[in-house]
Amino acid sequence: MFQHLARTAFGCKSFVGRRLVTVALIVFLVGTVLPLGTASSPDISTRDLNRDPNQHNTDKDHNEHGHHNASRKAFPVLSFDFQRLQMPFETSLWVLLASLMKLGFHLTPRISSIVPESCLLIVVGLLVGGLIKVVGQRPPVLGSDLFFLCLLPPIILDAGYFLPIRPFTENLGTILMFAVVGTLWNAFFVGGLLYGICQLEQVHLGKVDLLACLLFASIISAVDPVAVLAVFEEIHINELLHILVFGESLLNDAVTLVLYHLFEEFAEVGQVTVVDGLLGIVCFLVVAIGGVLVGAIYGILAAFTSRFTSHTRVIEPLFVFLYSYMAYLSAEVFHLSGIMALIACGVVMRPYVEANISHKSHTTIKYFLKMWSSVSDTLIFIFLGVSTVAGNHSWNWTFVTSTVILCLVSRVLGVVGLTYVINKFRIVKLTTKDQFIIAYGGLRGAIAFSLGYLLDDRIFPMRDMFLTAIITVIFFTVFVQGMTIRPLVDLLAVKKKQETKRSINEEIHTQFLDHLLTGIEDICGHYGHHHWKDKMNRFNKKYVKKCLIAGERSKEPQLIAFYHKMEMKQAIELVESGGGVKPPSAIPSTVSMQNIQPKKPPERVLPQLPKGREEEIRKILRTNLQRTRQRLQSYNRHTLVADPYEDRWNEILLKRRKISQMSNYLTVPAPPPESPTMSRARLTSDPQAWSIKPDSDSVPTIKVDLASPQSPPDSVNITDEFGKRPTPPGGDGEDGGLVMKAPPPSLSVTAPWREEKWGEQTEEGKGEQHQQRLMRCLSDPGPSAEEEEDEPFLP
Amino acid sequence: MGASKSVPTREHDFEDLAERTGFSLDQINNLHKRFQWLNNHQETLRREDFEKVSHLSLNPIRSQIIQAFFDRRNFGKGGVGLVDEIGFEEFLTVMSYFKPPNKKLTNEETEANRTQKLRFLFNMHDTDNDGTITLDEYRHLVEKLLSTCETLEEDTAKAIADAAMLEVAKITVVHMEPHEVYEGITFEQFQQILKGIEVERKMNIRFLQMDTTPMRCGK
Repeated sequence: MFQHLARTAFGCKSFVGRRLVTVALIVFLVGTVLPLGTASSPDISTRDLNRDPNQHNTDKDHNEHGHHNASRKAFPVLSFDFQRLQMPFETSLWVLLASLMKLGFHLTPRISSIVPESCLLIVVGLLVGGLIKVVGQRPPVLGSDLFFLCLLPPIILDAGYFLPIRPFTENLGTILMFAVVGTLWNAFFVGGLLYGICQLEQVHLGKVDLLACLLFASIISAVDPVAVLAVFEEIHINELLHILVFGESLLNDAVTLVLYHLFEEFAEVGQVTVVDGLLGIVCFLVVAIGGVLVGAIYGILAAFTSRFTSHTRVIEPLFVFLYSYMAYLSAEVFHLSGIMALIACGVVMRPYVEANISHKSHTTIKYFLKMWSSVSDTLIFIFLGVSTVAGNHSWNWTFVTSTVILCLVSRVLGVVGLTYVINKFRIVKLTTKDQFIIAYGGLRGAIAFSLGYLLDDRIFPMRDMFLTAIITVIFFTVFVQGMTIRPLVDLLAVKKKQETKRSINEEIHTQFLDHLLTGIEDICGHYGHHHWKDKMNRFNKKYVKKCLIAGERSKEPQLIAFYHKMEMKQAIELVESGGGVKPPSAIPSTVSMQNIQPKKPPERVLPQLPKGREEEIRKILRTNLQRTRQRLQSYNRHTLVADPYEDRWNEILLKRRKISQMSNYLTVPAPPPESPTMSRARLTSDPQAWSIKPDSDSVPTIKVDLASPQSPPDSVNITDEFGKRPTPPGGDGEDGGLVMKAPPPSLSVTAPWREEKWGEQTEEGKGEQHQQRLMRCLSDPGPSAEEEEDEPFLP
Repeated sequence: MGASKSVPTREHDFEDLAERTGFSLDQINNLHKRFQWLNNHQETLRREDFEKVSHLSLNPIRSQIIQAFFDRRNFGKGGVGLVDEIGFEEFLTVMSYFKPPNKKLTNEETEANRTQKLRFLFNMHDTDNDGTITLDEYRHLVEKLLSTCETLEEDTAKAIADAAMLEVAKITVVHMEPHEVYEGITFEQFQQILKGIEVERKMNIRFLQMDTTPMRCGK
């Protein structure tokens, strides 16, 4: 419909032009509905007066039945009752606007490659705010409650849950230095100099006293995580710089909070003593450490709860979200740092929760967090724009420009000074380029605005001027720095993020290095951080994991977990791309397992499985697995439905066969009793469904056994894939995967395996124990660039 | 202990060593004290002396680490094979592989550093010194790494090692005929697959704050 309008109204045929007009129309329409929504708000107060038949008011126009005569009321066929639904309606409209904006920007790649999304969103906010004002209503301002309780937590939780732990802990010292010392330096430098400037005669700002200046400076000096995330996410900078700036923005919350409350209290009282200063330092420690402790406690609770959720998988994500939000709220109750609590909660609970929850829950958590944080982020920037239009401004050239300049200067000085000190302790020094990016990436954002908005008007009569200055600084950093950082990064040739996925060799060697360095440290007698890390890992393995992780998973070492995850991902990739033309691997390679296996005396390489045999085997596997899965389906509100991907998998397998490459065998994960990582690749979502033993009489089953070095390579066996489940696994390490090894051509087992006669052949087939050894093979791991795209093809 | 006349020669030796290995005199003194604590003030260090370091017994790859100290390939003089005892100079040479870069290095120096460290790692894996890491050696390595896990099934280590070898082959030798056999990982291939780890940044011990007083270290 819009496209027709566009085409007819403006006659533009170009695709992009049409989209732009679509976006503009959406903005216009939504923008006009919102003021209409707000236009109804004055009617709330007059609602009660409707009953009085003598009152005339606007509501009368909306109602179909007249209020003139109280005795004669026609039955309302259609009525308009907006006030009751106004709040949710408006909220939904705002969220809808935010989402549509996000949609629109990604449809216009030309603009979004130059201007970062946050800038565009602020502009949209300005437009919408302007529209509202034009209509005559008061645009809403970004209230601090709304911001701190609803909009900020999802973003921080998303950041904390997916925080890359290794680089974070490796650079923790540097991050803390920047966060604590850097923010303090910024606050005092800017505050002091601003006070000095205000004291100048020409400026006429003599009423702004030192404490007010310091308070203002402490609000403006903190680097904002929301803005940093929004901008840095798009420039794909290398991991070290990203974690430095981002970590700093997260951890400086404690400092900002303490300074804010400190100066607020002092401003009320009017004077500062040394004791107060000391109390301030103590307060900082309490706020920071308390926040982390609160978060950690909730994290452990969440991990413990997730241990028991194996029967109610559907609400697993809910626990994660609830516990984290409770951690945030609890911290806020005691005026501790809510952000640090949230981060600590996410970090603590993640390894244990991920070991316990199902694959679907994991995907759910990931996507919900991304969705909420994305919407929050968008809303925050739009509201910033709207609040700019809405607020009362008091523009003072000197104050505002000096704020902006001082912020920049202090940031640069702070970073340079601190890096000089930090580099003495770092192995990997920070170069000048790094320092520049760190300094330039110090963006301010909505937290500063909200904190400024919270200021009390009576104590701080210059609040409006402060807000104006804060908004200007935010606009400056987001627009100017946000827009120019990408070309600068390219210009300075700063190292970008490595897109390659971690290979198993890297994983093995990283672990090897860890152990090696720990050993060398022990030999030197030097208790370095490898030593302590090792001790902590040992403690974790011995005590903590046993409590918090369900079942056997607690004993699984990291390497095996990584390996299983990788295998599963490859299996998924293989099947998902099976219908496509492109092979799943980035590097087409003809190398396969047979090139790797050690030579056997009589023959150099294992004979190939004849093509026909291979197809039959595949068919058997497919039909067998399918049938078992179908049998185990049951619908229940508390269990998840079997995936409709099953049929698709069927087709894909058929198609796959037509694609070349004999060497790419399919690895089908079998359900191991031990290792629940593989359970994510299981064929039904409900692990307890496996306990249903397939009746061996009616359904032909395939038994698959792993290759073990003892059994002769020549025997061909088909072992019961699912029959093993109830029996405790003996020596056969059934840890997942079918292993196929080609039988020598002398064995004649082709006869029973014709698919048409599947029903009859079980009698023949059951008698003999055919053991087919299938060669395990992985498709090429290759450096495929995707992040964890967990497509749920297997329920 | 220590006659006064041997002190000047000791000092002179240390200066020599400092030049050759790149350590400072302080660090060399510290390491020497540690060396003497380990071997009870004798001249040479033997394998049994490493048992004094109690925490090392918890390390899954301790035998490989200890072996590395007695491996002549790591002494920088081009020899091969294993020795039974080493002197302080060899001890220091092995330790120098873990020295952090003390100033900003050029690209070539960084590359040389990385090659040197990767060579050390390669020597640790290539126990029979045939220039390649074969599948058996790799399997042995993975088994050792996973040896601290109680519920290890025997095929897992093999499977992981197999997968890792396959990956190396696929990345380095992209195409192979079905009848060809991949012999093992050569040093060049080893360098190629571990490019992403940035070994020269990670394989370091902070020697600056090293404390080697016997009372504090080891139990």
